[in-house]
Amino acid sequence: MSQSTLKFGVVVFPGSNCDHDAYHTVKHVMGHQADFLWHKEQDLKNSDVIILPGGFSYGDYLRTGAIARFSPIMKEVIAFAKNGGVVVGICNGFQILCESGLLPGVLLRNRSLLFSCKHVNLRVEHSESRYTNAMAAGDILSIPIAHGEGNYFAEPETIRVLEENGQVLFRYCDEFGAITDESNPNGSINNIAGIMNSTGTVMGMMPHPERACEPQLVSTDGKRFFESLINSFVLQSA
Amino acid sequence: MYQSNITITLRPSILDVQGKAVELGIHTLGMTGVKNVRIGKSIHMTVDAASEEEARRVTEEACKKLLANSVMEDFTYSITKL
Repeated sequence: MSQSTLKFGVVVFPGSNCDHDAYHTVKHVMGHQADFLWHKEQDLKNSDVIILPGGFSYGDYLRTGAIARFSPIMKEVIAFAKNGGVVVGICNGFQILCESGLLPGVLLRNRSLLFSCKHVNLRVEHSESRYTNAMAAGDILSIPIAHGEGNYFAEPETIRVLEENGQVLFRYCDEFGAITDESNPNGSINNIAGIMNSTGTVMGMMPHPERACEPQLVSTDGKRFFESLINSFVLQSA
Repeated sequence: MYQSNITITLRPSILDVQGKAVELGIHTLGMTGVKNVRIGKSIHMTVDAASEEEARRVTEEACKKLLANSVMEDFTYSITKL
């Protein structure tokens, strides 16, 4: 790659509300280029990384992410992903990736039936991915969640494959890193908070790393997620 | 023209937390014999089709591609001629 900074494309759906958080973080905190991509566009503007941000695309009508996946831009995002492009889905973005079939499983209603908005602890499962290379297995990150439908579900066979292939990147844990039922905020199977596809290019997570990158936002642990992602591209020194 | 009435519910293997909460509410009202409450969606639409078979095909396609997510939901439907 003959460039010194990455170009992030942040997709904006009607109802997205974390698009500016993601844009701000990658551009102003991490120092890379960013562009908004309106959902009706059909051009990814040569983005190196596509971010599907959090929010309530199309009012969460029918199912979370179900209608957004048919937006014109998603045809391009799906083609980009199938061609090996890097796509990150955060919260509603994760739901859209599942609905579009780029990631397995679905996000069900939280078992508490409540919208849950708080900082949670995430345990890093391994550092062998483009999303966790700046972390170590067992590290605990403090990252906020804000969702009503984050209860990850998939068939037992799908879960087995995800686990065996190391596709589970983050799990909800307690302050000591133990995976407990009490630390599971939504009922996700195996406390799963974030996964990637089998080739490690597409990832989705319910917690919001983009909201934990500056000291005034309580935690800066989210920066390690973006640092990992940026590390995974070979950039020319500026 | 055909009337297509679709019912979408969570698959039986999936815990329906809304259904459980509503069941608890019904029990609180004294109707303790009520069990297995499942909440779903009811979608009604008309389909401009030349035959019942075509209306059925369109309904199924809409269900499979958009209205229901087969990972977590089942759907049933009925078709009546208008």
